[in-house]
Parts: sequence; C-alpha cells; structure tokens
Amino acid sequence: MRGRKLSRRDILQGSAALAVGTVFASPVRAQAPEPVAITSALVDAAKKEGKLIFYSSMDLPVGEKLGKAFEAAFPGVTIQIERSGSERLFQRIDQEFASNIRAADIVNSSDASHFISWKKNGWLMPFVPEDVAKHFPESYRDPDGMFATSRVWLSSIAYNTNLVKAEDAPKSFADLLDAKWAGKMVKAHPAYSGTIMTATFQLVRELGWEYMERLAKQRVMQVQSSTDPPKKLSLGERAVMADGNEYGIVLLKEAGQPVEPVYPTEGTPTISGPTGIFRSAEHPNAAKLFQAWLHTRETQQFFIDFSAQYSVHAQVQSKPGRRKISDIKLMKEDAEGVEKMTEEIKTRYARLFRV
Amino acid sequence: MTTIATDTPRSRLDLTRPILWLFAAFMIVLIVLPLSWLAVFAFTDKARHPTLQNFVTLFTDPAFLDPLLTTAIIATTSAVACCLVAAPIGWLVSRTDMPGRQIIRALVTASFVTPPFLGAVAWELLAAPNSGMLNQLYRYLTGAEDPLFDIYSLTGLIFVISCYTFPFVFVLVANALDNMPGELEDASAILGGKAWTTARRVTIPLAMPALVAGALIAFLQAMTLFGSPAILALPAGFHTMTTKIWSLFQYPPKLELAAAAAVPLLLLTILLLQGQKVLLGRRGYSVLGGKYGPPRPIEMGAWRWAALAFCLLVLLNPVFLPYFALLNAAFSPNATTLVTPATATLHNIVFVFTELSSTQLALKNTVILGASTATIGTTLALVVAYVTTRRVIASHRVLGFLATAPVAVPGIVLGVGLFLSYTRPPFVLYGTLWILLLAFLTITLPSAYQQLQAAFATIHPELEDASRILGASRLQSLRQITAPLLRTGVIATWCFIFIGVMRELSAAIVLFTSQTKVLSVLIYDLNESGDLAAISVLGIAMLVITFAVVLAVNRIPMFGGGAGAKLRNS
Repeated sequence: MRGRKLSRRDILQGSAALAVGTVFASPVRAQAPEPVAITSALVDAAKKEGKLIFYSSMDLPVGEKLGKAFEAAFPGVTIQIERSGSERLFQRIDQEFASNIRAADIVNSSDASHFISWKKNGWLMPFVPEDVAKHFPESYRDPDGMFATSRVWLSSIAYNTNLVKAEDAPKSFADLLDAKWAGKMVKAHPAYSGTIMTATFQLVRELGWEYMERLAKQRVMQVQSSTDPPKKLSLGERAVMADGNEYGIVLLKEAGQPVEPVYPTEGTPTISGPTGIFRSAEHPNAAKLFQAWLHTRETQQFFIDFSAQYSVHAQVQSKPGRRKISDIKLMKEDAEGVEKMTEEIKTRYARLFRV
Repeated sequence: MTTIATDTPRSRLDLTRPILWLFAAFMIVLIVLPLSWLAVFAFTDKARHPTLQNFVTLFTDPAFLDPLLTTAIIATTSAVACCLVAAPIGWLVSRTDMPGRQIIRALVTASFVTPPFLGAVAWELLAAPNSGMLNQLYRYLTGAEDPLFDIYSLTGLIFVISCYTFPFVFVLVANALDNMPGELEDASAILGGKAWTTARRVTIPLAMPALVAGALIAFLQAMTLFGSPAILALPAGFHTMTTKIWSLFQYPPKLELAAAAAVPLLLLTILLLQGQKVLLGRRGYSVLGGKYGPPRPIEMGAWRWAALAFCLLVLLNPVFLPYFALLNAAFSPNATTLVTPATATLHNIVFVFTELSSTQLALKNTVILGASTATIGTTLALVVAYVTTRRVIASHRVLGFLATAPVAVPGIVLGVGLFLSYTRPPFVLYGTLWILLLAFLTITLPSAYQQLQAAFATIHPELEDASRILGASRLQSLRQITAPLLRTGVIATWCFIFIGVMRELSAAIVLFTSQTKVLSVLIYDLNESGDLAAISVLGIAMLVITFAVVLAVNRIPMFGGGAGAKLRNS
C-alpha cells in the first residue's frame, strides 16, 4: 500500500509536477487553516443555505452527474452548475467581481493559473478538507489552503475508427502535420478552454510556435471548448482530433462510439483542475461541504470511475480496464508559465488560426 | 361662450405633457446613455484620455479589416437573397389564387419565430460536411466521397442567415401588396394594360418602397447577427464583425477596441438609411386612408400548383428540414443518426429537464423577460408612435429619432454600451434581470415603433379631433377612439417583441450572469461544448413556448381574440 502510494506520487510529481505549490511558498504566506472534516454541524449549516452555485468547465454531463451525486448525498442542498470554457469563466468572474456581483460560490477551473490570479486578488477563502491534508501531494494543494487539485486529465490526440485505420492513425503531434490530415482535423481554442490553454502552452514549450504555425496551415476545424472535439470525432464530422479532452474520448469509447485515443510519442499535455471557494460566497457552508465532499476518497473514486479522469488522492485506484496515468508519457505542467504566457498564446494563436 | 370655455373644461388637468416628457426622459436614458459610453470608450484610451489610436489599430490590422469585409459581403448577399425569395412568395401569397396561401404565411411566421442561432445549429446537424444528415444521404445515394454541402463556409453562413432573415422582407412586401388598392391595377387593365405592363407600371412601383425597406432590414439583420456566425464561421476559420467584437471581450477585455469596432457598423447603417431616402426620394406612395376594394387575385390556372411547390420548396430550408433535424436529434442517441423506433431514446429529454441544472432558471428568466419586455416595449412604442404621428409635442422628431436609432446599433455593441453604463453607480443593474430588460427593450423598440407608427398612420387624426372638439381630453379620446382601432397592431407588436426576446442572443451574451441566464445563452453554451442533442430538446421547448404564448395572446377576448393572421402585420 505504502509502496504503491509513493510510486504514484513519484509519477505525478515527477512527470506532471505543478508549479503552483512552489509559487506560493513565499516567506509571508499565512498558515493553512486546520483541516476540516464533514460534520453534522457543517451539513446542517449547508442545508440552511439550501443552494450552491458551482462554476465549472467540466464536460456538462460529467459535471451534472457530479452535482446530482452531491444532491443525493445531502438532500436539501441544490446545486446549480455554470458550465463554460474556463477562459470564459475566468473573464466572467472578473467581470462579475468588478461589478460587485458575487454569484459564484465555488469554482473548478481547467486552467490552474487562474488560481494564481484569484489568490493574488485575495478572492479565495482558505479551507482545507481533511482528505486533502491527509492524502493529497503537496504539489497538488495550495500551501495556504486556498485550493486543491480535484482532478487531473489529459489533452490527447484521437481518431475515429470508422474513418481511420489503426495503422494509419497519427502516433505523434508531428504526424498531424502530414498533408493527408489537411481538412480532416478538429481542435479546440485556447482563448475559450483552459484545457487547451494549458495544453497549447506545453506544446509550444516542447515543439515551438513553428509546430502551431504548420498545424494552422492544415485547415483545422476550430471549435471552442475542449469538450467538443471528442463529440465532433464520434459524430464522424472529422477523422482526427488534434487536441481535446482525453476523458471524453475514453467515455465515448466505453459507450461504444468509434473513437480511439492516441498518446503522442512527444508526451501528452497534462492538465490539473483545482477547486477553490470564493471568500465572498453567498453559500459558504454549502461550498465548504461540497469542497470537503468532492475530495473524499469515496467521491474521488466515484468521480474518476465515471468521468475517466485521474485523481491525486493517494488512496484512489484507477478503474480496472482503464489505462493508468503512470503508463502514459506526460508533458510537464507549469501553471506559473501559463500565467506568464496567456496573453501571448491568445494573440499568436488568433493570428495563426485566424479566429 | 368664451367665458364658459375658459371656466370649465380647461381646469381639468391634461396629464399628456408631463407623461410625454417622462417618456422622453426614459428614452434618453435608455438609448443615449449606452451610446455615449460607447463613444467615450471608442475615442479614448485606458486612462480615458482622448485618442484616435483605437481607429488606427482597427484600420491597419487585417485581423479587423477582414471581418469588416466579410460582414459587408454577408449582409449584401443575404439582403439580395432575401429579396429574391421573399418578393415572389409575397406576391404569390397576396395576389394570386395559389392554394394554401394561409399555410404558406404560417410557415413564414414559423421561420420568423425560429431563433437564427437555433436554425444554425439545426443546419449543422443537416449539412456539416461529414456528419451532416444531408451529406450522409448524398454519399449513400451516390457513393461520392466529397460532401455536397459545407455549412462551415461563407456560403453556408449566408444561406443560414438568409433562411431566418427573409421573413422580415416577406412581411413588408406582403403587407404592401395586401393593402394596395385593387382599383389601381383594375384601372390599368381596363385601359388595356397587359398583365406585365400593369405589373411594371403599377404593382412593382407601389411595392418597391416595401421591398427596399425590406432589403435594408435584411441587410441590418444579417450585419448584426451574432449567433449564426459564432456557430458557423468560427469552425470555418473566419470572423465577422460581431464575433470579432465578442472576441475582444476575452480576458483582458479590450473594451475601447470593441467600442471602436462598432463605429464602422454604425456608419454603414446610417449610410444605408440615407441611401434608402435618396433612392425612394420624397415621392409619397401612401395609398391608405380610403375604402378600396380588395386586390383582385390573379388566376394562375395550372401554374397554381407549381407556385405552391415553389413556396414549399423554399420553406424546406428554414422550416421543414431544420425542424426535422432538431426533432431527430432530440430522440437520437447520436445527434445525426436517423432515429428508428428501435433506437429512439428519451435520454436527451430526461437530461435537459431533470439533470441540466440551469434549464428551469433559464426558462423562467426567458418567459419573464419576454412578457415584460413585450408589455413595456409595446406601451413605449405606442406612446412614441402617437407623439410622432400626431406631433403632440414640439420635439416629436427627436423622440422618433431616439426610437429608431438603436436599429443602427448591433446587439452586441449595445450589450457593451449597457455593460459600461450599468456596472457602476448610480445604476448598478448588471447581474439583475433589469439590465437584460433594458437591452431587449432597446433592441426591439425600433421595429415595434415602426409597426405602431404605421398602424397610427392608418387612423385618421380627424377622428381624434372630433372627439376632442366634443370635450374629451387627449387621453380620453385615445382610449375611446384610437385604442380600439389599434388593437390588432398592438397585439402584433406585443408578439413581435416577445419573439424578438426569444431570438435575442447578441446582447444577452455580454450581459448575463449565472442567475440571469436566458435560453438563448444556455443554447449557445451548449453549442460551445458540442451538446447538440440537449440543444435540440431545449430548442424545441423554446419553440413550443413561443408558439403557445403567441397563440394565447391572440386569443385574449378583450383584444378581440380569434382574429387570425395578426402576425402578418409584423
């Protein structure tokens, strides 16, 4: 047990270590608050509020299923999920805060760098669920207790098995530049999707802007959210997905759709999605309850089982039959790097892909 | 006589003026405030120092010029396409003995009621190059490799925009033809004019103003639409002005550029409105006001059926095919697979109504906003139309201008203006339904005003004068004389605004928050994540609500319910 746990940590830290942990290891940092367990007092307080507004970029059916599970666990608290691309959510939250609107109680973003900004602004509430303190690697939780990584997932390549034979399928990002894929690919947009923002940063770091320039010449169908390319692929609208959520592909494949993920030889971009509570939350207790519940072993296990994502909770095991993240060559995450490069990525990407 | 006159009736307060000034003030706040903020942002930098730099950036960067050109192409071709389709159908419906004329009118109304963004999604289901149902069918039938249609293209976008813009032209043309006195054509015929001569010398010139006005409206609609380009142009890799402006809201928002980018659209609109005046000159085409015989229907013989086939063929595009695609997707496990009894599923419906947590809220918000905007907007338009047609106050022209001005402001630009106006004191409305109400009011006001102005124009002021001479106050004469005559126009305007609110996306997309989400925004979000089946279910629900409300309003007894075809006046 212990051995497995360590190796798991090694993999996650070694190949996908997040910079967020170190960014905030500044000398002036406050102490993270005492870990909190789910108590009947917390549940009662949450029920009194009766409602929770959750901003999230998770694929809608996945997010709503999570919401329903929460409602079932704590009858009397309803959850409203605001789903949109993370970059859009980030912009809206900024817009709403600027106008003194405090709609969002709790947020899960697919661009970990957003939490750098929100923390800098002083918008986040320190709150550490017991499970996070006990079972989450330090690099996946904020030292001040402002947020914790609720899920890890990948942005991979994939293809439609009706349209592409396995032996012809691309094996690497470089393969996507082959003329035979011109006009046959779909990809999502870094100015809308945090997943794609994070993935684009890693691709540019590993392969350079030149790769993006050449990809842009391939007449790629440009959708917005990273949850869309898997769906376009399974409809057969395009033969190859140049980027997009790997978990979407896995779920569709398990549902019998003709899609197959490809983990590129250069490594697969890795994304981690932290969750944090806003200091201004109108339903703070419901938010705390949700945050605590979301990071328990049970919820994390249930979540990765139905969503095909990965958990950094030390006790969670991957679902039998699914590929383990430790078997996949990953690209390294760097939220701080993303934060510095966001503007450049948006501008240069728009220039290359013309939208 | 004189003493009596000064003593008694004049002591009664005539509330007209104060009420009118109140309305004027409201209109100024409604329209001038957001436009002023837009102007301020367009001509200043971040520190609010005056500058023209925004325009320099705009006109030297191909990333802005390309969308401007694209938008001009889209608007022009859509306007032409709409006229080419709407004019013959309008004529057939209004002037011939073609069978099923009422059905054709109803179907055009159905295409008008369909929100353009929903139509765009439906056409994705039909004509996406690889997964689209029509392309699948084509490949199946011919064995071809290449798709027949590619909806993700400039042509595809123009096609879809035209599908949902032509009703505007149709309504104007059909109304003009409906109201044209048959005697004029009869006279021409009696004087020996052949059918074509009569058409060329009498009918077409009389219908021309309506057609030009229709072309103009179609142009403006196509130019300012946001949903269809966002859904179809972005995957194809190009922007229009509205999607470009929207992209300027990405964090960090470049509001100055967004405001400046709106200026070319404004100028283009003003230019067009002027052009229309020059084109039509000051010739009066008014033929309303007397009792004329109804137009003589032209007997088409066997051509009647060909004409009907033509109309149905055209209506395949905005109505039959898209509705079929939406219904199919709603029950399909995979949005573009043809449903069979064996594969039909209720999963999508269950998902939308029991799992999707924003459905109820968005439904509620949309209906509240639709009904309140329609009620307030109709009242406002009624008052302004009254003031301008009866020249009640000196500044009636200003009021008329204010009511028409928003037509030049694209919804998304107005959204920006309202956002700038109402996110800071004294009016902090962002995050409430009020800001959406203001947006929808402003957007629907020009057409509501024009409709009611036209309705007023058909009621001779002498009727009111008679009532006032007999001692009634202005408000009394309005209530007793004018109101009953306006009933049909008022109901039509109410429905028109209600439908307009259901269709509206471009301003809402800038102004909504999680608590003030409306159906159109929810559908746009679902499209962004590719949840086409959920969109289909919501879209159908939206259409059902719209039709139900419109039918219900038309049946309210106090409004003289049961009278059909009210919408044709819209």
